[in-house]
This record gives sequence, C-alpha cells and structure tokens, in this order.
Amino acid sequence: MLHRPATETQITHFQRLWLYMLVALVFAFLIIPCLIVIPMSFSGSKYLEFPPRSWSLQWYEAYLGSSEWRAATFVSLRAALLTTIFATTFGTLAAYGISRAYGAASSLARGVFMLPMLVPLILVAIGCFLVYAKIGLNGTTTGLVMAHTVLALPFVVIAVLSGLASYDMNQERVAQSLGASRPWAFLTVTLPQIRLSVMSGALFAFVTSFDEVVIALFISGGQNATLTRLMFANIRDQIDPTVAAISSLLIGLSIILLVGSHLLRGREDRK
Amino acid sequence: MPGRVEIRNIRKAYGSFLALDDVSLDIAPGEFLTLLGPSGSGKTTLLNVLAGFVRPDSGSITIDGAEFLLLPPHKRNLGMVFQNYALFPHMSVRRNVGYPLRLRGVSGAELDRRVEEALGLVQMAHLADRGVNALSGGQRQRVALARAIVFEPSILLMDEPLSALDKKLREHMQLELKRLHDRLGTTTVYVTHDQREALTLSDRIAVVNGGKIVQLGTPDEIYDRPKNKFVADFIGETRFLPVETGASGALLYGRPLRTRDDWKGATGEKPWLVIRPERLRWKGDESQTANRIEAETTDIIYQGDSYLITVRMPDGAELDLRRGPDLGGKDLPERGQPIQLWLDREHTILVADKS
Repeated sequence: MLHRPATETQITHFQRLWLYMLVALVFAFLIIPCLIVIPMSFSGSKYLEFPPRSWSLQWYEAYLGSSEWRAATFVSLRAALLTTIFATTFGTLAAYGISRAYGAASSLARGVFMLPMLVPLILVAIGCFLVYAKIGLNGTTTGLVMAHTVLALPFVVIAVLSGLASYDMNQERVAQSLGASRPWAFLTVTLPQIRLSVMSGALFAFVTSFDEVVIALFISGGQNATLTRLMFANIRDQIDPTVAAISSLLIGLSIILLVGSHLLRGREDRK
Repeated sequence: MPGRVEIRNIRKAYGSFLALDDVSLDIAPGEFLTLLGPSGSGKTTLLNVLAGFVRPDSGSITIDGAEFLLLPPHKRNLGMVFQNYALFPHMSVRRNVGYPLRLRGVSGAELDRRVEEALGLVQMAHLADRGVNALSGGQRQRVALARAIVFEPSILLMDEPLSALDKKLREHMQLELKRLHDRLGTTTVYVTHDQREALTLSDRIAVVNGGKIVQLGTPDEIYDRPKNKFVADFIGETRFLPVETGASGALLYGRPLRTRDDWKGATGEKPWLVIRPERLRWKGDESQTANRIEAETTDIIYQGDSYLITVRMPDGAELDLRRGPDLGGKDLPERGQPIQLWLDREHTILVADKS
C-alpha cells in the first residue's frame, strides 16, 4: 500500500510520508485548542481544568440561567446582525465601485477600505473610545455597531471583489441595453450571480462583530456589554468553566454556520 | 418605417488619443450597415456611443429625429448583441429572452407568446427551458440574438457577435443573420474586423480607421473601388506595386498601364497599383503589351480549392495569383520559369497612400 504510487508522477505514498505527517501536525495544532475547551465545559469542578475529574452540565445551566449572560448574548447578537447588514451593504457597494473604476482612484479606495485590517485593533479601540467619549456614543449599540462595521468592511470588500473578478460586466451592459436602469441591472443580473461572495462576506462580518473583544472592552459596558466582554471579565475575575460552556456553544454555532453555507454552495453548484 | 439614424460630428478623445474624429454617418431605415476596421480603429467606440455606454465629447445622434446623445442606455430601446453573448447564467433561456419584456411590463400569455416567437425566429424554441450553460456557442449566440430582438427595438447593434465561433459555424450564422435581417427589416449596425463577414452581410460598409470613416459604400464599391491604400490593403489579399506617372500616362516597370480611372492624385503623391490574386490573368493575348507584367514563378502551392502561385517581379517584389484547380496540374507554370501576367483594365486600380 505504502509503496503504491500516489500520483501519475510515480511518487509513492511512502515517499510522501513526511508530508502526511506534517499535515497531520498542522491539523492537530489548528483543531486541538478548539476541542480541548469542550471537555472542560462539562467539568464538575469549580475551576477550569483539563482533563476534568468529574462531569456535569452545571456550567451550561450557569450560562443559560444567568440573566446577565443572556443579556450580553442578546447585545452581541443584535450588534452582530446590525453590523452584518451595514457592512454587507456598504462593502458590496464599495467593491462594486472599486471594480468598475480605473486608475489611481480605484487603488486608493481599495487601500482605504483595507485600512481597518492593517491598523492595530487597540489603536482603533482607543480612537473610538476618545471620539465616542466626546459625542456620547460609549456604551451604546450605535457606537458599537459603527465600530464593528468599520472592522468588518474589509472582509466584505475582499469577498465581493473576488466574486466580481470572475463576473462579466458586459452582462450589466446588456441588461441596460435591454431596458434596465443601472441599479435595476445590478439587482437583477449582477447581485444574483455574486450572491455567494456577498453571503460569505456577510458571514465574515457577523463573525467579526460577534467575536470582537478589544473594541468591546473599551466602548461597551453596563447594559450594553457584549458577550465577549463579559467572558473576558469572567476569566479575569472568576475563572469558572462557564466560559468553556459558552465557547463550546459558539464552536457549535460556527460549525452549523459553516456546514450550512457549504451545503448551500453545493446546491448552487449542482444547478 | 422607423430606424433612421443620423450621426453628426461625433468626437471622442481619451486623453490625447482621438478615438472618434468628427464622425458623421447616415443610416437608412432597415439598412444593414457594417463598421469594419482593425482593432483600435474606433468602430467599437462608435457602437458604444450609439448604445449610450460612451458619451462623446461633442456631436449629435438622432434616431427617427429624436436626439439620443444624452439619453441613458436603458431608455434608448436598442437591441444589442455582444461578442461574448453575455447571457445571464442564472436564468433559463426563456427567462433570458423574457428579461427585456418583463422590464416593459409585459406578462402572462403575451410574454410567453413573444418569447416563443423570438426563439422560433432563431430556431431555439425547443431549448427554451435549458439553462444557458448547457448551450453551445452557436446556440448561445442565437439566444442572445432572440433576447435583443424580442422587444422589437428600432435599431439592432452587434459587436463582433460571431468572432468567438469557429469558421464553419460563423459562416452558417452569417447566412442566418442575413435571412433574419431580411425578414425583420430592423436597422442593424454591425461591428467586425472580418472583411469577408462584412462583405457577406452588409448593405453598406463603413471602413473605419484612426477614428474616421475612411470609405463608405456597398460591398462591391469597397472591394472594387477602394479609395486609398488602407482600404485596398484591409480588404482582400491585396499586394501593391509602385506605379510611375509620365506624360503618356501610368507606367508599371516601364510598360504602359491602362487603368480604369485616370490618376487624379495630388502632385508628388505616388500611385500604387492594387493587385489581388484572383484578378491576375496569365496565358493572355501575347500581343497585348499594355497591363502586362513580366515575372518569374517562385512557388506553386496547392490549397485544395485553388492553386496559389507566387511570382517575383523584376524589382524583387512578390505577388500571389490564384487559379482554380479545374485544369488539374498539367497547365501550371513551372517553378523558376518566366511567366507573363495581365490585368484587365477594369481591375486596374490605382490608389494613393491617403485620400
């Protein structure tokens, strides 16, 4: 088996063994930190420990039973949904504009839209905090959604730009010649064809906002504290396995989202 | 009959590059007019000006008397077919063709009837419910055509619609396009760089070069009476020989040349003799000295439908002549042997570098 050729090039599986092992190691490093948190969440102990010496569901109960955790979850979900809506809309329009424009203006716009990814997050957070302090946006959903939208924009722009790269703009011209105004041509011809890119951009935007902790630490608080902020505070002050339980739930949610989008995509390809 | 186009003094510059240089052109209702030119000549720019995708710097376009220049593309009611078809891949054939009708508020049985009718015209009715990705290139082009004519536009614009097809299909589609045009009578502006396609399809051809219309005329006018060296060179497998003009008329290698038209070039302008392979005769009347060319055979190539014979002039210039294969190989000149050629007076055309 090991000495059978792996490809047309006659390289055997044995000769490739090192490659398989390297890949296995990379996978292990990627996956284990995520998996380790799951047994910890079922711990019967009062502290984070691995492996747990006894098992229980108490930390899931602690999470679901706490009004504080539930409120924070709601704040995070609301912020993430609003961020998704704004970032996807503006990001898609920006990507469209960048892909249609030529020359220096287009490159400049592309650079500006990538900035939030390049600037250290802590600087964005401090900047937001100082400006918001003056105009009274600290601790508000509006402030949080604005900051998260800025963070999420580059992901949407990148995703939609890649979708537009393989899209034939002549189709929109044809639609116009057939009687569609430019916005209508975009909505009926372009958007349906790049919707997978738009959706993956939207998914990134949601996750960017939902996962974000640095900005949330600075500008969210009180009634509008996000889930991540509360988790961070919990680790600092109490270190109980509630955080592990929440993390496990989040991992589950991510897997569902990923598998869902994958299935959608598969159905799309078959059509 | 609607579909009269008047293009007046259209100018379009991209920086210092003049894409359209004061172009004026009248297109009659129902006419099939081809813009023929090399790439970068401005023919596609002119088509895009008509479609409304390019706004010229100055000039005017009226269609049936109404000014179109400032109208956005979607209000022009022009059918357009693109080189790469640009069908909407997320819609079926039927929905593609119905798209312009739905935009115009047509629905229900009327929509179905008109879509069927348009698809029938291009012989695609049987594939109406296919996805467009399942179609071949020729079928896609037919659907694109059906979509462009289904809303009965006053003008049909086509931008090299057949250039992505292979030769055989292209020639077949040319005939279909011609028949469709005869049947619908829609004014058509067609862009191509393929001279044979232009000759096959057009009522009139506008040869475009350097942002200008160099010559406008029927296919036989363009082929047989080229206005200048560019047009003669662009159409047909043309070679040129330098001609001297003396007191007694035109001279080719010292022999008298009887031309169809007298040379009317400006002083100091050099005339060129236009020679096309199928117009050269050999084995003519030996006593006829005018329009005779003495040469030497250098190559004989059998090309299936004809022989291509290459000959060398006294000054080293090479010419091709084409001969049908009807007499087999026995009547061919021999390689390396002198050969005498004649040009009939009606095919003896002189052109200048510029007109």
